[in-house]
Order: sequence, then C-alpha cells, then structure tokens
Amino acid sequence: MKKHDHKEPLFRISKSGYVPLQKAWAIRMVALLLALIVSALIIFSIVKLNPIKVYGTMFQGAFGTNKRMWVTIRDTMMLLCIGLGLAPAFKMRFWNIGAEGQVLVGGIASAACMIYLRDKVSSTAVLPIMFVCSMLAGAVWGFIPGFFKAKYGTNETLFTLMMNYIAIQLTSYFVALWENPYGSNTVGVINSRSKFGWFPPIFGQMYVLNVIIVLVLVVTIYVYLNYSKQGFEIAVVGDSENTARYCGIDVKRVIIRTMVISGAICGIAGFLAVAGAGHTISVSTAGGRGFTTIIVAWMAKFNSFVMVLFSALLVFLEKGAMEIASRYQLSDYVSSMVTGIILFFILGSEFFINFKVTLRKRFSKEVSQ
Amino acid sequence: MGKEPYLETNVTIRMVDITKRFAEVVANKNINLEIRSGEILALLGENGSGKTTLMNMLSGIYMQDSGSIYVKGEHVTIRDPRDAFDLHIGMIHQHFKLVEVLTAAENIVLGLNETRLVDLKNVREQVAKICDRYGFVVEPDKKVYDMSVSEKQTLEIVKVLYRGADILILDEPTAVLTPQETDKLFVVMRNMKADGKSIVIITHKLHEVMEISDRVAVLRKGEYIGDVPTSETDPQKLTDMMVGRAVTLNIDRPEPVDPKESLVVKNLTVKDINGVTKLDNVSFTAYTGEILGIAGISGCGQKELLEAVAGLHKLEKGSSIMFYPRGDRDQGEDLAGQTPIDIKHKGVHLAFVPEDRLGMGLVGNMNIPDNLMLKCYDQGRSPFTNRKKPREQAIQIIRDLEVVTPGLRTPVRRLSGGNVQKILVGREIASDPYLLMTAYAVRGLDINTSYTIYRLLNDQKKKGTAVIYVGEDLDVLLELCDRILVLCSGRVSGIVDGKTARKEEVGLLMTSFKEETA
Repeated sequence: MKKHDHKEPLFRISKSGYVPLQKAWAIRMVALLLALIVSALIIFSIVKLNPIKVYGTMFQGAFGTNKRMWVTIRDTMMLLCIGLGLAPAFKMRFWNIGAEGQVLVGGIASAACMIYLRDKVSSTAVLPIMFVCSMLAGAVWGFIPGFFKAKYGTNETLFTLMMNYIAIQLTSYFVALWENPYGSNTVGVINSRSKFGWFPPIFGQMYVLNVIIVLVLVVTIYVYLNYSKQGFEIAVVGDSENTARYCGIDVKRVIIRTMVISGAICGIAGFLAVAGAGHTISVSTAGGRGFTTIIVAWMAKFNSFVMVLFSALLVFLEKGAMEIASRYQLSDYVSSMVTGIILFFILGSEFFINFKVTLRKRFSKEVSQ
Repeated sequence: MGKEPYLETNVTIRMVDITKRFAEVVANKNINLEIRSGEILALLGENGSGKTTLMNMLSGIYMQDSGSIYVKGEHVTIRDPRDAFDLHIGMIHQHFKLVEVLTAAENIVLGLNETRLVDLKNVREQVAKICDRYGFVVEPDKKVYDMSVSEKQTLEIVKVLYRGADILILDEPTAVLTPQETDKLFVVMRNMKADGKSIVIITHKLHEVMEISDRVAVLRKGEYIGDVPTSETDPQKLTDMMVGRAVTLNIDRPEPVDPKESLVVKNLTVKDINGVTKLDNVSFTAYTGEILGIAGISGCGQKELLEAVAGLHKLEKGSSIMFYPRGDRDQGEDLAGQTPIDIKHKGVHLAFVPEDRLGMGLVGNMNIPDNLMLKCYDQGRSPFTNRKKPREQAIQIIRDLEVVTPGLRTPVRRLSGGNVQKILVGREIASDPYLLMTAYAVRGLDINTSYTIYRLLNDQKKKGTAVIYVGEDLDVLLELCDRILVLCSGRVSGIVDGKTARKEEVGLLMTSFKEETA
C-alpha cells in the first residue's frame, strides 16, 4: 500500500445555515470598508494621492452641487426603473438581457410622439400619450422573446440579446429620419424652444417627475411580486416549471405575460430617458444601463427597495469616478479600478454570507493559544 | 501520531470519534465504527441517520470535521476519491456515476489517469477475470445507455474491483432491483466475502440485513447506537434500536367497503417527446374504498401512468380515462385530453403525490404556507393572494403530522425528506380528494414516517377515496394493497389480489414481457 502522508487541507469551505439579517449586513459593511481600504492603498501606491481626499472628491462629484445631486438622482431613477423591469423576468429565471433594446424602443416611441404630435395635442396631454406609447413599444419588445420561449422553447438569453441589435439599428434609422439639423447625424434636442413633451419642472426642479414615477413603480413592483397571484405564479414558474404545470398554472401564459410587463417597464425607462432627461434620441440613449442594471437586480435579490440602494451606489461610483478622473487628470482606468474593486468586494461578501470557511484545526488551535 | 493504537489484524478500517456537520445539522456525532476483513457489515438506520454521510467520508466525498480514520492500523487523511482508491476503498453510490454514452470497458478505465494509451483488450481480459471470479455478468462493449439498472450496478461494482478495492461500500444497492436481481447480487456479495473482501451495505430493509450480513451496526439521528452479530438479533430488535422505541411492524389492511368503479382507464397509450412508447394500451379500474397498488421495475411507465391521469401527458388516440367521483355514474367525466388546469376548474377532486417531490409536487425555495397555497392560490376574485388560510393550514399539518421544521418561513428544501413528504401528502389529503394517487410515497422515508403515510392512505381508503399506490417495496405492496397491478415495459402484465399473491409471482410478472422480447 502506498504510504499516506497527506496533510489535512489548509481550509475547508462548508455551507453556512441560517444567517441572521444583522450579521449578513455586518459582513456587507465590512466588505465595503475593506473595499475602501484596498482602493485607498492602490490609489496611494499608483498615483500618490491622498486617498481620503480622493474619496472626498468622489463625493463632491456626485453630490457637490445642487445640480450634480439632481443629476445623480435622475440617473439613479433611470437605473432603478430598468432594474424594476428586469426583476419580474429574473424572478421567473427568464434571463432578459434585452433591457437595452426595450429602453431604446421605448425612447423611440417617446421621441416619435414629441415630433409628430406637436401642435396636434396640448403639452399636458402629450405626456400620458408618450408614457403609454413607450410602455407599449417596450411591451412588444418583451413579448417577442417571451412568445418564442413559451411556444418554441428558444433560448431567451440569445434572443433578447439579438433584439438589442435590432433596436439599435432601428434607432439609427430613426435618427437618420429625424436628423436635425441636417447633416449633424443626430436628432438634436427635440422641441428645445417649445419644450413640448418635456417633463415640467415641479417645485422648480427638473427631475421630480422622474422620481415620482419610479418610486410609484418601486412600490407597485414590490407588491406585485410579493403579494399578487400573478407574482406568486412567477415565483413558481421560476423555481420549477414542472411544479407549475402540476398545480395547474398556464406556464406559457405566465412567461409571455411576465415578459410583456418586463418589457413595458423598460419601455417606461426609455420614456424617462427621452422626456425626462436627454430630450433627444440616439443609439446611446440606453448607454449600457440595460446591462449595468443586471448587477443591480441581482445584488438586491429582486427586492425593489434594496434596488434603490444599489442603483444609488452604482450611480454614485460612476459620477465620483468621473470627477476624480477630471479633477486629477487621471485616465479613466483609475476610476474604473476603484469602481471595480468596490463591486468586487460587495459581490464577494455574498460568498462569506452563504459559506463558512474553516481553517485547518492545528492552525486554528495555534491561533487561539 | 507516534503510536498506532489500533493495529489489529482483523480490523480493516477504524473510524474514531467522527463528527460531521452540515451548517447547523449534525449529521454524524462522535461515531466509532470498525469494519473487519472478510465480513459483510450492514449499516442500518432510518433516513437522515447519517449512514451515507459516514461512508462518504471513507470514499473521499466529504471530510470529517473531527475524528480520525485508520486503515489497517495506519492513520490516514482521505481528501478525495483518489485517496480512497489508493487505500483500496470503493463505494457504489445510490446514483450511479457512469457515462451513458461510453461502453462498460471505457467506463471502467475512465478517470484512471493512465499516462500511456489504454489497452482496452487488456482491460477486457481483466474484467472477464473479475467476472469469472465472483460470478458477474458484464458485457465489456455494451454501451451504458443500453443497460438495465441491475447491469449498471454490476458495472459499478466491477469498476471498483478493477481499481483494486478491498473494501466495498454499497449504498442501498437493492432499492432499484427486483427480488430476483437482489438474489443475484447477494450471491456475488458472498463470493467477494469468501475472497477476503470487506463489504459494507447501507440499507433500511430489515429482511435483507438478516439475509446477507454478518454484523449489523445501527445509527440513529447521527449517533452510533451499537452493533450486534446478525445471528443474535431479529427484525423487531433491530427496529427498536433503529427507531429508539418499540414499533409495530404490521400494516393495516381494512376490507374495502362498498367498492364502486371510480377510475376506469381504457387503452391508455402515451409516448414521450422522442416518440418512445411509455404506456402501451393500459386498461384497469380503480374502485372507491380500495388501495390499488402498482408494481414494476423503475421506469416501466408507473410515473407516466399517474401523470397521464393528472393531465400532464399528451395521450395517443383511443385512450380513455373515465372518472366517477365517489363512484357516482351520473357525474362521469372523461379526463383524457384535459390539462391540469381543466381538471382543477372542473372541480374533480384529484390529488396526486408525484415521485419528484421538490421538482414537481412542491417548490423547494418556498416556505410551507406558500407550498400549501400552490393548489388553491387562485381561488377568489381578488388579484392578491390570501396567505391567512394556508398559514393556518400549515400550522395544522405541522401539528397533525408531526413535521419537524425550524419555522413556518423555512424553505421546504431545507427540511428532511420525510418532512417534505409529510407536507406534500398533507396538502393533497387536505383537498379532500375522491382519487388519491401516490408515486413512491415512502421512498427514502424512515420507518416511522412510512407508517404514518400508510395510516393516512388507509384513512383515505376508509373514507371511500380511490387510492392508487405506486410502490417499489414488494413486501409493503403485498401488505397494504387490495389489488396490485404489475407494469412491465409500459404494459399491464397482470393484476393480482394483494391478499393471496406471492412475492415471487409479482417479481416474475415484473420481468415477464422483457423475457418474451429478449
């Protein structure tokens, strides 16, 4: 027999059982702290800047002036809105990575209303019309992959991804169609003089309506997913289609319905982007947010209220990173690194919540002595 | 470790003070076990008592949290299955670890990490040698997907023998075998024992323990209760050790009262998505107030039969499933071609406990009340779910069926198999069914829970429900059921009277069509 001189492995990983909420949040906070420390070390060793000052600058970038703060809030709402759209689909384990396209078609619909309805309807009536049109456009963009998944079992990840490219091409077409001024290859700010189809300022602030619409959605989606019968069906289908079929849930209907809802909310995000923020449409209207939001939805475990926090964090990091890049004339990479480190630690902390790491016995004994 | 305190000649493996935890659950607690050379040791215990966990630490699947393992007197650390192989320990798991598209010989050499080219001819010769020595039959060039369950199991055993195993661990090997195949397995096991190999058989079937083992070690709730030579014990004593108190081992079989036709199935034919016939012209009748047993080797159409009645399969032309609630001829309803949604909306009180509890009957990530709500969540007009009623129902089921759970909000996948099944059966019975179908209702359950399930089925029977019981343990089928329908390759090979039929007779019917076609 071969001689056995194996040592016990240095550490072992085992599943941890029930983790109290306070402990889980404590772990997350520690992760955030560690992330800040590691980033500080890197900032200091590479660019020789005072990390605390850098963090201060980041904060300034996001909240430094009244205007900046409102832009941060506006972008948070935008990200949050897409996240709310993804939540029902993701809860059904339908990997909708087509939010980008759904936002774009929603944006096209809004822009079309702004262009074709001016002088035809009043400026108060146009906003609800835009809202509905964007929602419908997004719903159609969600319906198509949902229908094919339900009917033919197509892979939704590829399908929704491909739908993004169609939406981008469609946007290019409309940009060419609505080009203004001629030869600029952009649509320019639509109705810049009449502000027709723009969100009206409330209490003197431009973006209050964005906040109201999205917060209403936060509550609605939370109630829908957790307390409604349809939300219950989504959870069952997501966990096991067999169980759903067994207990008499029409799986195909649930898939299509949920994707229509998911697409519709992303369409609303397109409405916000055009009517409530950019007042224009371009292929970068969604700006990759359809993908960034996947992180938001996952980190929040599809809980709408937690999503508010994570959207705010991501937008804060983005704005802060932009600010340090311009203030210290750093390349974008340094700020991306900081953002990356913070996200890495926060995502990594989930591992330590779900698993327990045990050190080799002899080793841990020495430590305790 | 300077001293080797356990250097004894006839002890092959000694496990000392083994403890293993999974999160907050202690699966094994300070277990001391010895395996002697040239013996068949039965490791007996209820489900969840930690038998498989304990053996998985020998085969390198898990590592103990504390305690030591000595092989032939030497202190060892088994980090992975390769270490186990080097120590000549081989385990045959309940779920076979074979590559379906490869042949028997290819599966045997798979993972051996040979640096030179594999000489399959040499492998075949060696396999033949092993087979001759112990009385196996293995066709080296047969693909695994063409093999029966019993053939696959044989291949698994040959595989570990080929790797030089002296210590074989068999995890519930008979669960998937017919009585005839079990006898064959036992012959082989005795041959291996005669050759000086140590064999551990994990099981909870008492008559098998009595028949095959030399010594029995009993675990209960992760603790080592003790061991006895088989010749000095009997099933009743072993049960008491296993359960921790005296248990009566008789199953009631009340006489059916006023049986009426409740489910009349005619010419039921079902094909799977690949067009393979799963049920072929099945006809039978289930009566109110009786338990109709369905026996058969696994995969002979039992699952499809129940699922077809529940509306989960597309039926071929000519199939008819007439359902008479409580035997009332006027309210007959043809279930053929209906979906589960139709059946639910028709108000047909049909309860179904499927084989795949967490994959079909329940939602693993949901808590108990939500799982109870599965079948009635859409009642009422409100767009919102009513969680009050399922909550009350959950409390009642937990109390009545003695479900062990940390709380109402625990996801059911965290519960043990027996408790999961209690919730599923509890929910189905609570719907006050006219027809109750159960598939492998006691699979993997401990004796106590199994008897609770039998009692619940008998209660339904007495209430005049037509009960269909698909089972795998022939002893139980013969004790519990009034009539037994035997399926073989999707066809009905016979319907026998549960009171008079003999086990061998049913066993033969289970394989009869196969022999015809072979």
